[in-house]
Amino acid sequence: MPDPILSIRDLSSGYGDFQALFGVSLDLTEGGLLGLVGANGAGKSTLFKAILGLLPRGRETVTFRGRPIGDLKSEAMARLGVTLVPEGRRLFRSLSVEENLILAGEYGRPGDWTLPRVYDLFPILRDKRRQRATELSGGQQQMVAIGRALMANPSVILFDEISLGLAPIVVADVYAAMPAIAASGISSIVVEQDVDRVLRMAQDVVCLNEGRVVLSGRAGELTKAQVTAAYFGE
Amino acid sequence: MNLVDAIVQGTLLGGLYALFALGLSLIFGVMRLVNIAHGDFIVLGAYVALIVIQAAGLHPVLSLILVVPVMAALGYGIQRFILNRTLGADILAPILVTFGLAVVIQNALLMLFSSDTRRLSPGPVETMSLSIGGIGVGVLPLVTLGVAIALIAGLEWAFARTRTGRTFRAASDDAETARIMGVNTAHVFALAMALSFALIAVAGVFLAMRSNFDPFSGPARLIYGFEAVIIGGLGNLWGTLAGGVVLGIAQSLGAEISPAFQALAGHIVFFLILALKPRGLFPRMD
Repeated sequence: MPDPILSIRDLSSGYGDFQALFGVSLDLTEGGLLGLVGANGAGKSTLFKAILGLLPRGRETVTFRGRPIGDLKSEAMARLGVTLVPEGRRLFRSLSVEENLILAGEYGRPGDWTLPRVYDLFPILRDKRRQRATELSGGQQQMVAIGRALMANPSVILFDEISLGLAPIVVADVYAAMPAIAASGISSIVVEQDVDRVLRMAQDVVCLNEGRVVLSGRAGELTKAQVTAAYFGE
Repeated sequence: MNLVDAIVQGTLLGGLYALFALGLSLIFGVMRLVNIAHGDFIVLGAYVALIVIQAAGLHPVLSLILVVPVMAALGYGIQRFILNRTLGADILAPILVTFGLAVVIQNALLMLFSSDTRRLSPGPVETMSLSIGGIGVGVLPLVTLGVAIALIAGLEWAFARTRTGRTFRAASDDAETARIMGVNTAHVFALAMALSFALIAVAGVFLAMRSNFDPFSGPARLIYGFEAVIIGGLGNLWGTLAGGVVLGIAQSLGAEISPAFQALAGHIVFFLILALKPRGLFPRMD
């Protein structure tokens, strides 16, 4: 098994006095896709926030290519090569589609993902590039959010519920981009409610329940029944 | 004819009020920060200009070459080391801290410069005027309005077209997401305050060429600045100019009725607009 690009070890975190994560550990393989499942409130988004330094985390609890990075500020994570496609997309509403993409490119790392390449991946965005990002449909906004993450040329993208609130056919459109993203060498952690999709798409699966890892393993070795049971905390 | 004259003079006065208000409007737009010490910083800018003029013998307008960078550096420091710590869910904290700064500045100026009133002499331009269609238009007020318009046009262009402007807008929309994208928001907010202080320096010098100032003149400037920002609509710099002009015209028409009515007329118009359109005439912000 290749070395993990991102390792979480015994990570506990939360909001003020409220602890939401209890000793979470997981490994993201270089070039791999890890599916993160769990009910609402299980701590998936909290885990992403803690990884990115938006919530407290210990220095040794997050390592990137073997180096402890738990003391880095959020803004340093983009330069390191870890970025987020946030839940609810959170596009910059006073920026056009293109400005959202350019901004991420300017503050991220240099690399192969450029404006033309993002437009090739999501051709509809080229036509809409002058519009305000928040005027687009939900699916198109999600494409902007993914494109924005790619423009930073990250090594790791954390995808938080990119199918939330989208029609099934649109979800398929959005996920159609995943093979191209993986092929460019980016490793991903994907939060997704659709267990079938996770088992099909991911190499590794981690299931959270009430802030703890209750199941983890290779996607091929887990059954849907096992994951569903862990999902509901049974 | 008096009516037209009052409107013209009021419009020109509005240019000065817009200058007072621009820095306030800018930082509210970028970081929702209400700077209660804004007026006192304008007065501080005038005193910094006074020192520069006395030391270097420059014209007040030329003194801006030094006053603008000095004030901008001060603004950067204040934001980076004091106000950034107060930004968060509670909007009361920065208000209290800037209120404290206002008191400190007033008393520090009193200690250093005494309570004597001062003025920056603009030289012969002070009394120059043009006659346009029979109406006397002062050159200095006209230049003030022109500077306000030029600054707004420049700022709007910078916000829309430059990398820094784009970053300001993104950090204003969603600071947390901007940080994840790699934007150092503490630095960006400090830059916005530096820009606000550069505008404060310009406002201070133009104020001091038009009227007397002393260490306690700040709060009165703050009121006009606030009124201009709120009349114009939060987050809209051209709206702030319109707000300044509305205020200026109201005061100048009020003065036609009775000199004692000048300031009150402005406040009444402000109150009416706030009552009828609480978000201002041209709101741009949610």
